[in-house]
Amino acid sequence: MSNENTLSRRALLMKLGILFNALVAAALAVPIVRFLLSSVTRGRANGYLSWVPLGSVSQFPEGETRLATFRNPYVMPTDGKTVDTACWVRRVAGDQFQVFAINCAHLGCPVRWFPQSGLFMCPCHGGAYYRDGSRASGPPERGLFEYPTKVQNGLVTIQAGELPTPGAPTAALVGGKPPCAA
Amino acid sequence: MRRLIAQIGEWLDQRLQLAAPIREIAEHPVPRSTASWWYVFGSAALVIFVLQLVTGILLALLYVPSGAEAWSSLQVLNHDVTLGWFVRALHGWGSNFMVAIVLIHMVQVFLFGAYKFPRELTWIIGVFLLLMTLGMAFTGQVLRFDQDAYWGLGIGASIASRVPVLGPAIVKLMLGGPIIAGATLSRFFALHVFVIPGLLIALVSLHLLLVLKLGINEWPMPGRVVKKATYLREYHELTKKDGAPFVPYAVWKDLFFAACILLAVAACAVYFGPFGPTGYPDPTIIQTAPKPDYFFLWLYALLSLLPPSMETPALLIGPVLAIIGLLLLPFLSGEGEKSWRRRPIAVLTLLLIAVTLGTFTHLAGFAPWSPHMNAWSGNPVPQRFLHGTTALERQGALVFQVKQCRNCHSLGELGGQRGPALDSVAARLTQDQLIRQVIQGGGNMPAYGKNLSPAETTALVAFLETLHPAGQAPARDTARDAALGESTERRVPAQP
Repeated sequence: MSNENTLSRRALLMKLGILFNALVAAALAVPIVRFLLSSVTRGRANGYLSWVPLGSVSQFPEGETRLATFRNPYVMPTDGKTVDTACWVRRVAGDQFQVFAINCAHLGCPVRWFPQSGLFMCPCHGGAYYRDGSRASGPPERGLFEYPTKVQNGLVTIQAGELPTPGAPTAALVGGKPPCAA
Repeated sequence: MRRLIAQIGEWLDQRLQLAAPIREIAEHPVPRSTASWWYVFGSAALVIFVLQLVTGILLALLYVPSGAEAWSSLQVLNHDVTLGWFVRALHGWGSNFMVAIVLIHMVQVFLFGAYKFPRELTWIIGVFLLLMTLGMAFTGQVLRFDQDAYWGLGIGASIASRVPVLGPAIVKLMLGGPIIAGATLSRFFALHVFVIPGLLIALVSLHLLLVLKLGINEWPMPGRVVKKATYLREYHELTKKDGAPFVPYAVWKDLFFAACILLAVAACAVYFGPFGPTGYPDPTIIQTAPKPDYFFLWLYALLSLLPPSMETPALLIGPVLAIIGLLLLPFLSGEGEKSWRRRPIAVLTLLLIAVTLGTFTHLAGFAPWSPHMNAWSGNPVPQRFLHGTTALERQGALVFQVKQCRNCHSLGELGGQRGPALDSVAARLTQDQLIRQVIQGGGNMPAYGKNLSPAETTALVAFLETLHPAGQAPARDTARDAALGESTERRVPAQP
């Protein structure tokens, strides 16, 4: 009966079965991929960023740089202490503040402030920054990351919520000063 | 009793029908020359992998993959559970041994030309097995979830974020959110415990299947050249003429070596104990200098020594090129000589890579590029540098310490090594050059112009000018001396 150009009933049913499975797989793939990428899609909408208070203005003496800590605005019960973050607050004068991320612009190690020499130094690969966050020496290609800052009701407030990394769009918004000697 | 066991065995085999194929595999003929101590590394890697599976499952009985509790659950394993420390130590040392043995196995395969026709696919799968072994080592370090793990993840995120366009998305995918937190640990747990081991089991099985199907690589003889047209026939003849059953002819060496390696892992575990955890993963504790585990130390060194502008290309393109190179190797030299005696470039390449990685790892052991964060307050200026100095010079020594110069410059072998040692700086730089260097910086030194008063600079330079070997005059600008008519006897060399 059958020749090369005709399809037997069984073969057709098998092909339809494969097609049916492919359709179901594609339909299932949509929610699965959306679930997998949820941390990316939410970040793209900047859904992670919020304004966080660091403390009252009077806590930060003028002309000095102090360590402050804040809790990340986005917290899950299993986060433990990892949502607590440190940052360096420099009160330039009056209500003018600079808040630097603790993470070195090179590879993210925690930089330390040395008021005597007016330098931030990184313990990992030896990056150094001047008091205004600009690059002083070492492997970093740019200055320290800076959080957007404002003073609200006497509180120093920063826009935080994302790990500052060299490629993050929030990092490009601020702190991207040309590396120059202070 | 023996009859009963035989009966049970027969009953099982009637249903499973596995005895015949297993016997065939065990007794398949291998070239006699391969029953060598050089051929034991693959099976040793497999045995350690099994050790890792067993100890990993044991650890999972108590480990809690939660950002809030992982660290404490490791403390419980270390201190409260009977022999918990030993199982952790076995798993940690097993990981180090596994990376080492996989690398040695790969070197042996490379030197013996075993990647050539027809074993190209075996090599390619092996490359993926190496990558997965390294992936297991890195994800395992993250599961320790201590300070090193936290900042190590930050370093990983910083590297990933440099990928053009996709960087920020990759970071969030890797961290499971905007920051390093509980979700990050959970996904590294899933990778370390489900995804990578699953792939490893599948690929190890394929790797072994290929070894059985294609036969173990014969001992390479100089002059016995691999040709696609004739190799299979030649190999078949070799195993027929000069072959021996794998069991027991060759397997006893594998068994002895595997047992020795397991003993060595256990000995290291007992003697050195488990790895960490180091400090609690609290990012507000910033007094930390994270360092990667042993097998990533070379990368730590490379990231400090590359010029800044080369770093991103090297980080993003280097590994891709290396992996492509490894994958293409069997296609670029799939035929020809197998013996290392006739492949000088292969041997030299290998030596170059080994020396490079070894040097970087060695350097990372003492990290000369890292400032010593406490040197300025912890390492006093050695007395001999202050003997017979003036008040101004002593004031300068004080400035030298207080301004953290010591964090990067050593005196009397104590202090940072980021900048040059200053024990004899006055013999190299004149007064003018010292002033310029201090104020303007340069050559990877920050400019101190804004952070030193003129008085401090004068004192500091006066102190630096005393730093020259006894009997060697300090460097002087003769043009200046002539112009200002200064005496050449401006300063008598200080006595030690």
